[in-house]
Amino acid sequence: MHSTGTSANHAPTHPESGLWKWLNRRTGLDDLLHSVLDEPIPGGARFAYIFGSGLLFIFLSQIITGVFLALYYVPSADHAHKTVAYITKAVTAGSFLRSLHFYGASAMVVVLFLHLSQTYIYGAYKKRRELLWFSGCVLFGLVMAMAFTGYLLPWDQRAYFATAVGTNAVGEIPWIGESIKRLMRGGTAMGTLTISRFFVAHVFLIPAFIFALVASHLFLFRKAGAAGPINENPYQPTQKAELFYPRQVIMDLSLTALLIAGLGLLSFMIPVKLGPAANPADAQYVPRPEWYYLPIFQWLKYWHGSAAIVGVLVIPVLLVLTVLALPFLDRSVERRPWKRPAAMAAYVFLVFSIVGLGLRSQYLDRHDSGVSQQLAKQSADEDKYMRKPFEPDLSSASLAAANVKLADPLAAKGKTIFEARSCSACHGQGGVGTAAAPALTGIHKEFSPDQLAELFKHPTAKMNAGGMPPVALPPDDMKALIAYIERLVP
Amino acid sequence: MFDRDLENTTLQSRPSELSPESRRSFLGVLLGLGWALVSALLSVPLIRFSLFPLLRRTTELESSTVGELSEFSSLTEPAMRTIQIGQVDGWRKTVSEEIVYVTKNSQGQLRVLSSICPHLGCTVPWNKEKNQFVCPCHGTTFAADGTRISGPSLRGMDTLETSVEQGQLQVQFQYFRQLVSDKEVIG
Repeated sequence: MHSTGTSANHAPTHPESGLWKWLNRRTGLDDLLHSVLDEPIPGGARFAYIFGSGLLFIFLSQIITGVFLALYYVPSADHAHKTVAYITKAVTAGSFLRSLHFYGASAMVVVLFLHLSQTYIYGAYKKRRELLWFSGCVLFGLVMAMAFTGYLLPWDQRAYFATAVGTNAVGEIPWIGESIKRLMRGGTAMGTLTISRFFVAHVFLIPAFIFALVASHLFLFRKAGAAGPINENPYQPTQKAELFYPRQVIMDLSLTALLIAGLGLLSFMIPVKLGPAANPADAQYVPRPEWYYLPIFQWLKYWHGSAAIVGVLVIPVLLVLTVLALPFLDRSVERRPWKRPAAMAAYVFLVFSIVGLGLRSQYLDRHDSGVSQQLAKQSADEDKYMRKPFEPDLSSASLAAANVKLADPLAAKGKTIFEARSCSACHGQGGVGTAAAPALTGIHKEFSPDQLAELFKHPTAKMNAGGMPPVALPPDDMKALIAYIERLVP
Repeated sequence: MFDRDLENTTLQSRPSELSPESRRSFLGVLLGLGWALVSALLSVPLIRFSLFPLLRRTTELESSTVGELSEFSSLTEPAMRTIQIGQVDGWRKTVSEEIVYVTKNSQGQLRVLSSICPHLGCTVPWNKEKNQFVCPCHGTTFAADGTRISGPSLRGMDTLETSVEQGQLQVQFQYFRQLVSDKEVIG
């Protein structure tokens, strides 16, 4: 409904229907909308400011796709890979949603880098925005932690070995590394407890922290106000402010539209692959992290032995502390990049180092024929696995039952006796029990083989009353029958 | 101090020369429509993903091979066979074994009977001497073609759907409700 133009004092559309008025009285929605949309942007709307809302959009998309993926995913070493294969190969739109979630993580890292760069280059971390910068840095860490924990969950070769290397790298930290590594893995080796831990971190813990920090980040942003243009006079601002709505909203939405189109097309055209299930015994597998972890991966290669403490602990800690403390270290009011040569040099140096490390890692892989051949083989294995149709997971009990024949000829003979003597008539197929007679699964734990043979030959009065006939068998056949009964699984 | 100055600039009152109210509300409607359209579009894969088990069969009993058709060409009495039944349940599958009987009906056509007694579920064995199926639990007797002769069961032994694929007799195993006079599939 359109406004009749009576008392529409603030933005944007303002329908005055009875329902809206009532809702507004009860919720104050109008004021909320007003405070969200009528945020003043000093100096006017700019494309440079669009990255924050882009990140919010990707975060939302990750939540939605993640919740939907959890409809079919089971976090255990037994089932994780099978359920992801089910999502990828069987479920309608499953491959698309998984790809959206996977590429969404990469998009998050890219847009996060742009957001951070804009903030840094525009000097928007300075004075009054210490906590805003600080919460942003923590969010950066949380996003990287999401990428790290989510990567293991498909439990394919790539996921397993990348996480093995990743947690090993944590173990390299002097003094406390080994303990942290074991805490992350839930033991010394990677296994089903590792998946549980990573799943809980990825789905419950880290998202909770992200929610809290996004809320504080937005609150602190509104509290401090937008930083505005870099060439503004910090003492006597002259440039006019413009409201967030409509021009900045449209600029922000253009990035969102670009992200939707980009991620959608990418997921549709190049669906993410799933490799063969993790095989910890594969000694040949060459693990490689996702692209955004390559620089760290390469960096760690340079630090071994007694130097490790410098590369693994001292330098990273100093770097993190410096970045966190930036608003306190850089106290000048100057925001124009060309007047901040040291800050810009540090930025360029850091970006070049990070990109350089990543490229170096790629270069080394390409020029080591052993590694590049193995990587090509691993990729081919993934393609091969993707071409296979989905095969349901055979439950372990079924496997045990099916394997009786192969595993133990004596038990196999016992099985034919069990069936030929119509034991299954009352005790059920596989001795699971029926209305007429109790289950035989597990009774070998209560009675020794001799006791069982005795009971079969001379049933008790109670058994007799239930219709159990004496079983007269030659000793060898009795042994076989008992061998079979010992193997019965519920 | 400049701090205070900065803070003052950030929350100035709204400039008055903004575009007219009507233009803003028209844009608002347009954005709302666009948002609704894109959301609807994006929810299509989500809906298809979550409705997958409703639109496709995700649980089924696979058909099982009973044996070569030629094995049963000259049946004189019901032949017992153990079949393996694959039961698909979403991404998992269980394999269980059941006993069936291959027999002939009065017209001489092959029939496959479930060995589960329709009375209370005991496995019914073939009794050669009596030329009958005799349930060991409550004594229901059935003829060689599975029809009920006497005893507490309310119906004859259950026939299963069969098919022939490449000379192999296939059966679609099913479980039926017990203690009722009409065959009624469970599950």
